[in-house]
Amino acid sequence: MSNEENRKQFTEAKNKWTEGPVAKILSRGPERKERFTTSSDFTVENIYTPLEFAENDYFQDLGMPGTYPFTRGVYPTMYRGRLWTMRQYAGMADASESNKRYKYLLEQGQTGLSVAFDLPTQIGYDSDHVLSDGEVGKVGVAIDSLADMEILFDGIPLDKVSTSMTINAPASVLLAMYICVAEKQGVSLDKIAGTIQNDILKEYIARGTYIFPPEQSMRLITNIFEFCSAQVPRWNTISISGYHIREAGSSAAQEVAFTLADAIAYVEAALEAGLEIDKFAARLSFFFNSHLNFIEEIAKFRAARRLWAKLMKDRFKAQKSKSMMLRFHTQTGGSTLTAQQPDNNIIRVTLQALAAVLGGTQSLHTNSRDEALALPTEESVRIALRTQQIIAHESGVADTPDPLGGSYYLEALTSQIEEKALEYIDKIDEMGGAVKAIELGYIQQEIADSAYNYQMGVEADENIIVGVNRFAVKEAPPENLLKISDQVQVLQIERINELKAKRDNRAVTEALNDLKTAAEGTDNLMPYIISAVKVYATLGEICGVLRDVFGEYRPAEIL
Amino acid sequence: MEKIRILIAKPGLDGHDRGAKVVARALRDAGMEVIYTGLRQTPEQIVEAAIQEDVDFIGLSCLSGAHNNLFPRVINLLKEQNAADIKVFGGGVIPQSDIPFLKESGIVEIFGPGTSTEVTVSFIKQLYDERS
Repeated sequence: MSNEENRKQFTEAKNKWTEGPVAKILSRGPERKERFTTSSDFTVENIYTPLEFAENDYFQDLGMPGTYPFTRGVYPTMYRGRLWTMRQYAGMADASESNKRYKYLLEQGQTGLSVAFDLPTQIGYDSDHVLSDGEVGKVGVAIDSLADMEILFDGIPLDKVSTSMTINAPASVLLAMYICVAEKQGVSLDKIAGTIQNDILKEYIARGTYIFPPEQSMRLITNIFEFCSAQVPRWNTISISGYHIREAGSSAAQEVAFTLADAIAYVEAALEAGLEIDKFAARLSFFFNSHLNFIEEIAKFRAARRLWAKLMKDRFKAQKSKSMMLRFHTQTGGSTLTAQQPDNNIIRVTLQALAAVLGGTQSLHTNSRDEALALPTEESVRIALRTQQIIAHESGVADTPDPLGGSYYLEALTSQIEEKALEYIDKIDEMGGAVKAIELGYIQQEIADSAYNYQMGVEADENIIVGVNRFAVKEAPPENLLKISDQVQVLQIERINELKAKRDNRAVTEALNDLKTAAEGTDNLMPYIISAVKVYATLGEICGVLRDVFGEYRPAEIL
Repeated sequence: MEKIRILIAKPGLDGHDRGAKVVARALRDAGMEVIYTGLRQTPEQIVEAAIQEDVDFIGLSCLSGAHNNLFPRVINLLKEQNAADIKVFGGGVIPQSDIPFLKESGIVEIFGPGTSTEVTVSFIKQLYDERS
């Protein structure tokens, strides 16, 4: 709003409305709450008008879709051209079981794969390690060597399907395995597309599957950046994740703040390693949560895009437009699912998925209704996928970019989140950056405080969870939950033993020795890891070598 | 009155610690002495810490599905160490159909998703009073 006269007019109208009709209603009784708030603890006003973004400039703060600062979306035509990628995170038991689920999902119209690995794989242990007991195949698929990976993608053409892999500390090893499978399928590396999560900082903050200390982890990450920019140009080398930060209890503004603070640390590490900003920045991707407060979530996605664009342009002097685009995957909020009345979760997921689409996501995972109880059944996963398809094909929201842009409330919240996130980033900068802030426990403490306050709000009935602290019913225990058999571990161990008996063990020892020497030096480790994977060294063996050289991370516990 | 002492522990490889931390803090706010182990503890480490810290209770949290394997191991180790007077409760993503097995193996209670911390606090206080 440029016009002073116009502003005066709105101020007068608002005052008149407040003193007139609003005052009259309030004189009869108070509103439902003394103070309405969002997750970020912003006060929600009783009206939003053009006054709230009086300072906003359309061209500077919003712009057109596909143009700086990308508030309205990263692509000019958004979903009019191509819908978001429907990508359900899946994986369980062993490789052949998961391969079946992937083929099922592709048959049902899913457009990309997303691999969930079990915890031993994520932490770099083989299925026969003592710490793997009871965990094999439980939260994802167990992968011990290239042999498992070959089964996992059997009959799935890697030049046609893009694959996201939720793997962090051992990301380089799983990427190496994927590359080897592609080569065996005869697919050249410039044809494969996908993402590795590869975001170690949020593992220290919130997710917990770290292996190595920060410095060595950052080296592995920048090694991947460098290797992929030359060899695997369509690969997203990192998915900088706010998802787990949010699941751990942060607010929307904290989710943006801590994710972008981590992103800044990765960019700085890559620059320090001698990479050029415009050579790797376009392959950085992001991953956010879509949570309960519908409008605040849409605002969050828009704010994140705008803030990242500004940081890349002003702070890191990126030149290419692509380097400034925040492209992201979204998953609906797992922690918002209730074990009580699980079918209600379908509705929660629908709202969250809708927020993600209205926020301009590039790909989306919708949770299944039964995930507060177990891994989802096939039927539950199908409903979750159908939810996306209904939003895409029936609701009409995909027909024009950023359809809620210009909503007074949405624009006000977008600016508030950006501002709050920037405040946090400044504070983290003062501490010496994200790595330092994590080592000091600052970020973890902020999140733990938010989580605790939220829970206390639930218990004081300030935060209502339908079916839990309000509208509860007596229910029979849920039936038809998916259960992973402990037999999976027994079979995986047999497979490892067979593999070790028939592979060329001399070649394995040699490859592992080479890797060790390289890890002690400064070479890029990717080629060494690929060589070891190729001769069927196991994940545990490769990570074992790196554990010996790098040591392991031991966190300070924060309550 | 002596303070109730509790060890909140994360057995196995699971990294979800929001629930464990919130419960730990709620117990502390309710006046108990709480020690939190942090992630990735083996049953052996947990039992050792419990004995060393002389706790009255152990609270185990697991969201990875490994509870049927890990929780009973803690109970058995406590018995082996003549420390079966330490009572063990659990929480996390645990299907109801697994609860009878866990209770048979000696877990006193399982607190599933959505449990109010007040419920946990009063359960522990009651059990403590009954015992002493």
